[in-house]
Amino acid sequence: MKYIDEYRDKKLVEKLQAQIKTASTKQVTLMEVCGGHTWAIQKFGIPSLLPDNIRLVSGPGCPVCVTSRSYIDRAVAMSRLKDVIITTYGDLMRVPGSTSTLMLEKSKGADVRMVYSVLDALKIAQELPSKNVIFLGIGFETTAPASAAGIINAQREKINNFFVLSSHKIMHPAMAALIEEGVAINGYIAPGHVSVITGAKIYSGIPEKYGVGCVISGFEPVDILQSVLMLVRQIEKNDCKVEIQYKRVVNYEGNVKAQELMHEVFTLRDDWWRGLGTLPCSGLGISSKYSSFDAEQMFDVQVEPTREDKGCICGLILKGLKKPTDCKLFGTACTTANPVGACMVSHEGACNAYFRFSK
Amino acid sequence: MCLSIPSKVISINGDKAVVSVGGTTYEASLQMLDNVNVGDYILIHTGFAIQKISEEEALETLKVFEDFDELNNSIKPELDNI
Ligand code: SF4
Repeated sequence: MKYIDEYRDKKLVEKLQAQIKTASTKQVTLMEVCGGHTWAIQKFGIPSLLPDNIRLVSGPGCPVCVTSRSYIDRAVAMSRLKDVIITTYGDLMRVPGSTSTLMLEKSKGADVRMVYSVLDALKIAQELPSKNVIFLGIGFETTAPASAAGIINAQREKINNFFVLSSHKIMHPAMAALIEEGVAINGYIAPGHVSVITGAKIYSGIPEKYGVGCVISGFEPVDILQSVLMLVRQIEKNDCKVEIQYKRVVNYEGNVKAQELMHEVFTLRDDWWRGLGTLPCSGLGISSKYSSFDAEQMFDVQVEPTREDKGCICGLILKGLKKPTDCKLFGTACTTANPVGACMVSHEGACNAYFRFSK
Repeated sequence: MCLSIPSKVISINGDKAVVSVGGTTYEASLQMLDNVNVGDYILIHTGFAIQKISEEEALETLKVFEDFDELNNSIKPELDNI
């Protein structure tokens, strides 16, 4: 397939492997921020291609994993309302809330539907005007513009039974927060598709302020190895900066139209991240101009007190401090068939990727 | 959720396109992307085209390795002479 096969070429992979080995003399820890990268790294067995002095750790870029239990609990509470249809990306259905999941609510009769796009949710709202359709807006800058477009389109087409419950977040405050917290990272493999939207410019503060380089990477083995090589070269030369490996889709400015949609509909607010706690200006709330589409404003529900699972170390894994295999429940009490924490549910979660590809 | 796939534009109708990924076709919104033409490769994310894929850059990235090879080969004879 075009733009995929070339980047899986075995000869190129071997060549890069040799180049990394020659270039790298120091002990380094590189963090792949994005859950999509975690998945690709495990799937293609990238760690086994790297010399022992290069360690890869997963970061906080799995949207489902960082989402709070109270958000799930709120969605669960809304699913119990009369005439409400909850629409959501698939991963979220099985994520445990404090006492329930959306899947469980569905089995008990709630109308919870999996959609591939916010546009599908909008279509449902259009076709069923007597129902209130709530779309669960989660994810970073890659999905936030889509939710914004959903709201803009609803307004334009006067669909007033469509709502978004936003837990959208922006990525780079979490990358800064990890370093501030003292997590030892020598370089970031920066998210590919978040950067398509934001552009490389949003990372400039990270090398400037913390001396940690960021290389925006694609998702194929050649992409990832090349990004590792670029980071290794930066580190060896003591020249940390923002570089783009994934140049075929990422540029410095990003997708301005998508950014405008996001700015039109959302305002920055403080937000809670699993593992990191509350980070200032890291979340996207729906601005007052569009409050009639904001599920949080429009549906007053009683949300149960949050209960976290004892024993789940997702928070530490999302900070790169522990590996999934360090968790006592990994592979025993917690599996992809029976997940205890969000990191095992989501395809972009580190526990899920380790479990799936370690066999 | 953050994974997107390279897809080929088959047809365009207003701000919607039909795209093909490995033989399967999907509809994608062009609301976030201007200047899309039939035959272009675009990145689709949750139903929206979010970027065109630059053929030039795609080839350039792959070419970097060839340059490295050339560089290696040009240095090697010198090393052999030492
Ligand atoms: S293995 Fe399961 S319980 Fe352990 S950290 Fe991962 S998701 Fe949580």
